[in-house]
Amino acid sequence: MSPLIKVSGLTLGWDQTVLLQDASFEVQRGSIFVILGGSGCGKSTMLRYLIGLEQPMSGTIVIEGVTGTNLGFGRPEFGVMFQSGALLGSMTVGANLALQLTEWTRLPAEAIDAIVRAKLRLVGLQDAEDKLPSELSGGMKKRAAIARAMVLEPSLIFLDEPSAGLDPVSSFELDELILSLNQGLGLTVVLVSHELQSIFSIADSCIMLDKESKSIIARGDPRELRDASSDPRVSAFFNRRAAPLPAARPSAPEVNP
Amino acid sequence: MPDRPYALNRLERAGTPVLELTGKLTFAEAAQLWADVSASVVGVRQGERLDFDVSKLEEVDGGSMALLVASRADLHRRGAQSEFIGAGEQVQKIIHLYRGDVRVGPRKQRRPLGLLEEVGDATMALLEEVKQVFGFFGQALFSAFYVLGNPRSANWSEVAPTMEKTGADAVPIVLLINFLIGLVMAFQGAVQLKQFGANIYVADLVGLSITRELGPLMTAIIVSGRSGAAFAAEIGSMKVSEEIDALRTMGFGAMRFLVLPRTLALVLVLPLLTLLGDAVGIVGGLVVGVLNLDLTITGYLQESFKAIELWDIFSGVVKSVLFALVIALVACQQGLATTGGAEGVGRRTTSSVVSILFCLILVDACFTVFFHWVGA
Repeated sequence: MSPLIKVSGLTLGWDQTVLLQDASFEVQRGSIFVILGGSGCGKSTMLRYLIGLEQPMSGTIVIEGVTGTNLGFGRPEFGVMFQSGALLGSMTVGANLALQLTEWTRLPAEAIDAIVRAKLRLVGLQDAEDKLPSELSGGMKKRAAIARAMVLEPSLIFLDEPSAGLDPVSSFELDELILSLNQGLGLTVVLVSHELQSIFSIADSCIMLDKESKSIIARGDPRELRDASSDPRVSAFFNRRAAPLPAARPSAPEVNP
Repeated sequence: MPDRPYALNRLERAGTPVLELTGKLTFAEAAQLWADVSASVVGVRQGERLDFDVSKLEEVDGGSMALLVASRADLHRRGAQSEFIGAGEQVQKIIHLYRGDVRVGPRKQRRPLGLLEEVGDATMALLEEVKQVFGFFGQALFSAFYVLGNPRSANWSEVAPTMEKTGADAVPIVLLINFLIGLVMAFQGAVQLKQFGANIYVADLVGLSITRELGPLMTAIIVSGRSGAAFAAEIGSMKVSEEIDALRTMGFGAMRFLVLPRTLALVLVLPLLTLLGDAVGIVGGLVVGVLNLDLTITGYLQESFKAIELWDIFSGVVKSVLFALVIALVACQQGLATTGGAEGVGRRTTSSVVSILFCLILVDACFTVFFHWVGA
């Protein structure tokens, strides 16, 4: 089976700053794929490039055999959940969900209403339809944003740190939701995260980005990487140890205390 | 040093000078510690060595360790050698946390920018902004043509509410300001015209200036302060909270969804506001004429109608359409160019109003010269 997303030779950055150099990876259809790494390594930036919000310095991103995306014009091919939720603040939650349905389908108003209610029920927000985003809690906003990302039944959704800043129970519920969407609907999920527990319980495969070497330092099943990786940076991340200091490695960069 | 919970001793151990630290190092004593450690290390010269013996430390906190690490780094930079020795497990962890066990590099000197570099930076920033502005107008034009071809793709439902917010809600302030402008003009004109017994010409003065110049301009200035700033702030906040990105991922370009509806609403509304402003400005002049210059209402109005031609009103309306384009597009451009949180929104809102005012005056001046040139 051909991969859903194929990234080759991707270099990310702006002006003289290079965040990541010559990265290549594939995302298989129907899998949950996690982009992970420490803070500031470019995880969320990577997601922005995959979505097409930024143009890479070099390299190609092919989704469903098509290079580049048609952002802003035409029916979107995938759903996106931003870290903050990014629900439109001037509209109710229901209207946020209905927006794409009115624009990109020819469904009558009652059908749109029914879909919106069903999607909200799916994420456990059946009572929030008429609320404004400002009236929702952080976890509710994220769940509403997932519902919005799913409203056009895409086969692929991108999630930016879905469980960041949530309490353990909400975080667990969100993981369950992502798993059930993946298993029930065959949805391919690409998500950025550094919540280990959530990564171990849902991810099929992952890549780990590293800030210093500006490259992908590990790829594969996160559980296997945790148990078997010989790279001290990778096992430090998965086993929640302090990262090895530069001095401990042969090519130690200098530091300025 | 009886009042201190710690002690520093300079020792020699196997021929190597050592600074032995004993007791408890807490941040409450940090200033004293800094002074003591500095005094101990100040005499160490290039090529010499002074190790910090921390084996007898009972307790050390992060702040104190940071100071010790800084002293060690200072020794390294002066060409001396220094390490922490004898650290127990707990202390070693803190040393490690504060990078007290790594090689020290030269401190990066932050050189202030030279005049030439500052000018260069500012020029590049300006060019970048110009590029952005051209990019915006190109996109706006492209989207406008796209919408002409696909009328369903624009967010028409936004037009009517925006017209209400920018037009209907602005009526009271537009009326008040234009009335006062008419009043003031008439007063100022009357002082001069009275001397020649030409009171009645106040009607000509007020009528022509209001319809050709002040009506459209004052109305546009009010609308730019109200709606221009609102557009920039609203779109700017949406930009910084990723809402614009979210719209794009849902297949709505910011142009079609936000910019075009606002622009259309303002283009429809500003000429109407201008006509209202014209009318009420003339009424302002009339009030002064009747109360101060002993003119009759009919006389004043007759003189006004004689002086004002249809073209005078029409030219003002034409101007106001252009003003509306300037206000909406500049405000939206500034909003979409917003970066960097709440402060960025404030900066862009300010700069949108300033840019709009500048562009309004510029457009107005061009019009005046053009009309003069064609003799209209």
